[in-house]
Amino acid sequence: MTEALASYPETMTCCATLATRLLWIVPVAPMVAAGIIALLKQPYRKTAQMLAIGSMVLSLAISLFAFSYTVGGWMQGVTIRETVNFPWLHFGTTAVELGWILDPLAAVMLVMVSFVGLLIFIYSSGYMAHDENATRFFCFLALFAGAMLGLVISNSLLLLFMCWELMGLTSYLLIGFWYFKPSAAAAAKKAFLTTRVGDIFFLLGIVWLFAQTGTLLFYNNGAGSIEHSALALLLAQPAALGLSAATAIGLLLFAGAVGKSGQLPLHVWLPDAMEGPTPVSALIHAATMVAAGVYLIARVYPLMQAGALTGGTTTALTVVTWVGASTAVFAALIAVAQNDIKRILAYSTVSQLGYMMAGLGMGGVAIGIFHLITHAFFKALLFMGAGSVIHGCHEEQDVRKMGGLKADMPITFITYAAGMLALAGVIPFAGFWSKDGILEAAFTWKLSNVPFFMLVFGALLTAFYMTRQVSYVFFGYWRGHKTAHESPAVMTMPLVILALFAGILGFFGTPAWPWFRAFLEGHAAPFEPGILLEPELAILMGVSTLVVMVGIVAGWRIYGEKSPAASEPDALEKAMPGVWKFLSNRMYVDELYEVTFIRFYSWWGKVADVLDRRVWGGAVAAVMALTALLARINRSFDTTFVNGGFDKTCEELATSGGLLARVQSGRVQSYLRILAAAVVALAVILVWSSRP
Amino acid sequence: MSALPILTLLTLLPLAGAVVAVLSGKRARGVALITSLLSLGLALYVWTLVPANGSIGMVERLDWVHSLGVEYHLGVDGLGALMLVLSALVTLMAADAAVRVHHAPNLFFALVLVLEAGLFGSFTALNFFHWFLFWEISLIPAFFLIKLWGGPKRGPAATQFFVYTMAGSAFLLISFLAVYLATGSMDFTHLSLLASTGELQQMIAAKLGPISMWLALGVLAGFAVKVPLAPFHTWLPDAYAEAPTPVTMLLTGAMSKMGVYGLLRIALPIFGAEIARMRTPLLVLAVVTVVMGAWASVVQKDLKRVFAYSSVNHLGYCLVAIFALAVPVSGAAQQASQAAALNGVILQMFNHGLTAAALFWFISILQLRTGGLRGVNDFGGLRKPAPVLAGLMGVALFSSLGLPGLNGFVGEFLIFRGVFPLSWQAATVSVLGLLVTAAVILTVIQKVFSGPVPAQYANFPDLDASERLALAPVIALMLILGLVPQLIVDSVNPTVVYLLTHWRF
Repeated sequence: MTEALASYPETMTCCATLATRLLWIVPVAPMVAAGIIALLKQPYRKTAQMLAIGSMVLSLAISLFAFSYTVGGWMQGVTIRETVNFPWLHFGTTAVELGWILDPLAAVMLVMVSFVGLLIFIYSSGYMAHDENATRFFCFLALFAGAMLGLVISNSLLLLFMCWELMGLTSYLLIGFWYFKPSAAAAAKKAFLTTRVGDIFFLLGIVWLFAQTGTLLFYNNGAGSIEHSALALLLAQPAALGLSAATAIGLLLFAGAVGKSGQLPLHVWLPDAMEGPTPVSALIHAATMVAAGVYLIARVYPLMQAGALTGGTTTALTVVTWVGASTAVFAALIAVAQNDIKRILAYSTVSQLGYMMAGLGMGGVAIGIFHLITHAFFKALLFMGAGSVIHGCHEEQDVRKMGGLKADMPITFITYAAGMLALAGVIPFAGFWSKDGILEAAFTWKLSNVPFFMLVFGALLTAFYMTRQVSYVFFGYWRGHKTAHESPAVMTMPLVILALFAGILGFFGTPAWPWFRAFLEGHAAPFEPGILLEPELAILMGVSTLVVMVGIVAGWRIYGEKSPAASEPDALEKAMPGVWKFLSNRMYVDELYEVTFIRFYSWWGKVADVLDRRVWGGAVAAVMALTALLARINRSFDTTFVNGGFDKTCEELATSGGLLARVQSGRVQSYLRILAAAVVALAVILVWSSRP
Repeated sequence: MSALPILTLLTLLPLAGAVVAVLSGKRARGVALITSLLSLGLALYVWTLVPANGSIGMVERLDWVHSLGVEYHLGVDGLGALMLVLSALVTLMAADAAVRVHHAPNLFFALVLVLEAGLFGSFTALNFFHWFLFWEISLIPAFFLIKLWGGPKRGPAATQFFVYTMAGSAFLLISFLAVYLATGSMDFTHLSLLASTGELQQMIAAKLGPISMWLALGVLAGFAVKVPLAPFHTWLPDAYAEAPTPVTMLLTGAMSKMGVYGLLRIALPIFGAEIARMRTPLLVLAVVTVVMGAWASVVQKDLKRVFAYSSVNHLGYCLVAIFALAVPVSGAAQQASQAAALNGVILQMFNHGLTAAALFWFISILQLRTGGLRGVNDFGGLRKPAPVLAGLMGVALFSSLGLPGLNGFVGEFLIFRGVFPLSWQAATVSVLGLLVTAAVILTVIQKVFSGPVPAQYANFPDLDASERLALAPVIALMLILGLVPQLIVDSVNPTVVYLLTHWRF
């Protein structure tokens, strides 16, 4: 819609400015806090909270400072991109380098993560007030925050990977926080292993990139792995199936993102991750960690964009788009048929992450990341609201056992409603503008318009299931046991703050004033309210508003103030029982994996064991048996022939000796007999020999 | 450095300690601890004296049997020194873990110290006769340690371990005798020099005929059993499981590294060209070792067997890297990959030794507290009564899994960085090992530490002060080496560069 605006020049200062040089404190502060908290004993919960919250305040302060510096640069017409790199370990004649970066992308992510993180930390002090392991909770939470902030400022793919895995560890520890529950322990393991499947492809991509370009730094004064000369090198290298090394590496890195961001087919861990405490779901599995995959693709976007253009886009980005769009619809369909308040939001998150990926694929970094930022705010709000509801309903999580809470929990209701409208995409809330940006990109995508229709359908479903959820929870009449109560201020204050942002954040990214896009892409942001009246844009906005309205109205008509009892089947279930069953069973994907991959894994383990014990071990046993047999043959040969032969010879000698001994009889008569015989014999011989 | 025969002293120190231990009766453990602590100090000192250019230093050289070409030739470079430090450290950990030796503790600790001396000797020897002597000598205390203090099936396990390793060594011996006949030398450095110029093959062909491939195979046979390389590894699970757990720490921590060290010190320098010709089948076997080693640990019910197979898997990565780098050099990029692979192998040797010994230490602690139980399903929910144990063992388990930030990751990363360009097929299949290992380790954590606490473990004692004091430095070392691996790499890398320039494939 907007004409291409002249790009601001980049600065690549050799000596980083203060903002960049201080940036390392942002991730390190929470990590240090985590280290100290780890040594504290349980009764020191207040100290742990103070340390964790204090470190996040420090990180937020520095993040805001860095952000303002970057914005200041933008206002002067310069795109800031400053790095600090250092060698980590040397091998051969080269080295593995690590480093951090400050650019617009990193700056907005830093502010979002530290701000939302801080609010959730504050919220957690209320939510986890009665948990006996609260100290450990803040330790893990602070460690997570440090890892996420470290990931956001990483200028090295290796450092990014290390933070990525560290986040995976803390996610594992936090999902399984109530480790005495078998379901929580199993969910934690599932999360770690499913993301690890993606991570092994990620690792292959990393070592490939390293080997080809000789560096893992993103930006290094022109020598970075995603800078021009490296990309040219990668494009020239053929990989397989007609792809270039650039595309192949991009796809491998995307595989890691698929795991971490819960895209199809590695989404199965995210809904199970709801076993963790709700602040964990809000921070990790809504706002930040799951967004890391989206951030990764945004960070390596030059790599994804490099390559032959078919239909105006590259193979890598096409794959990203299709995976994102499919996930968006898939998860939204399943969310319609869920009854756990957190699971609905979990599938909603999977769906929205699909939107972000599709936005990246079709519209570029700014489009995808804008939705990431707005989503972080309103999804965290929704999860924290859900936590407030769960807390107020005495740990009930089934929406069919709630109802009428808008009277009992007014603050939660209003803030939740704001979040719901933002998520559904009702103008003028934030979600409308960010989702519209994605829809606009999809509409103008040259390769196909199927993703556009998929995403529009997804928007309808989103509005529908959110209306369903809000009706069940806040409208109608109360179906629980004890009366519900509002949550304390320490929990509702963050909700209010987030709700405000959910309202106003969108205005930074409207077509009328595309500030966010301008800031990330480095060009001017003209204020043109008239652009909203341009036919294409107006129609698009109209269509998406219409679709959302249809979804809300349909949801209200079906679920309105009805509040059926939990034992009754859902209204949709009565209408389409087969479809409902399919959707509420999550399209049986978990079951599919169980009978294929899991079963293969156990079966192959048994094969390995049998190979070991029977085949290799059997070969060794056969050799040993053969050796024993040979030994036995040898022994019997020894006993019979050698020994026996020897013995026989001795016997014969003895016998002949005995025979000979008998000659020495001691009797003169026998001697004379022998003498006579000898004389006769001698005479005969003499006569015989003297004959002529 | 001809003044003090420091390497001889280092080897004699545990022998002296062994004598003292035999005479000390019940206090033998204290003697063993002090001796191994002193050896560790001495080994660290040796490490600081290693030449900066990566060549062999602290050489001690005396004629022994001149007519047979046998010399008393000792020396260490960065690789050897690191192995000395590892052996000393693992012995210290094993002595620390052996809190309850039921009978004849004086003999037990004496044998442990003799084993340490055998390890020191084999990591410093540079003449085949001398090296082979220590290679075989270290088997004897290991055999007796398994046979006299082991589990119910210790007899067959010890015998198989001893005879199988000997059988491999027999081929090794024959091959080296042939080499001696062809060259008149048993010296590793001299033979390596001959091999790098191609003279070795000519001499063998001249004197004995075209049998250099067979000689290489003979040498590989000895190491294939020791490391182990599949399918010659079946002695390992029984030996590891039946040995008393402190002895298993020694077996996995240090003795298994003798095989890898032998490949780096003997097989690659002297028979590099032949190995390069056999590269593909060797790589296949190495990848099989990685993948099947990991997968065999999936169905094991005994924790010691789980980690025995896991050791096979971790050492398999070393083998993959070693065989992958056996290619004739063709450019700077490939040299960088070879350097990465070799650094990775050496780091993996040290890190795996440390982590595996720590894991078996924890298993021994679990055994001690439950009267000998060590099945995967014997425990449950231990995190509640014993959080410190769960935390420290968790760190060791995640290090074994290869989590970045802990020591296990760095070696594996360098190995994959090196192997991928040299053989992408080997790298791609080997990553499966990472996935399966993660699944196995997380299952162990889930079964041992998570879930509801069974009634009998409600008062499971956590680590006491002495155990924390002993284990904390080990775990801290895992963290430190994960974040600051330069501590090791900076002294190993010069040796890597030096070795690679002197090897000819």
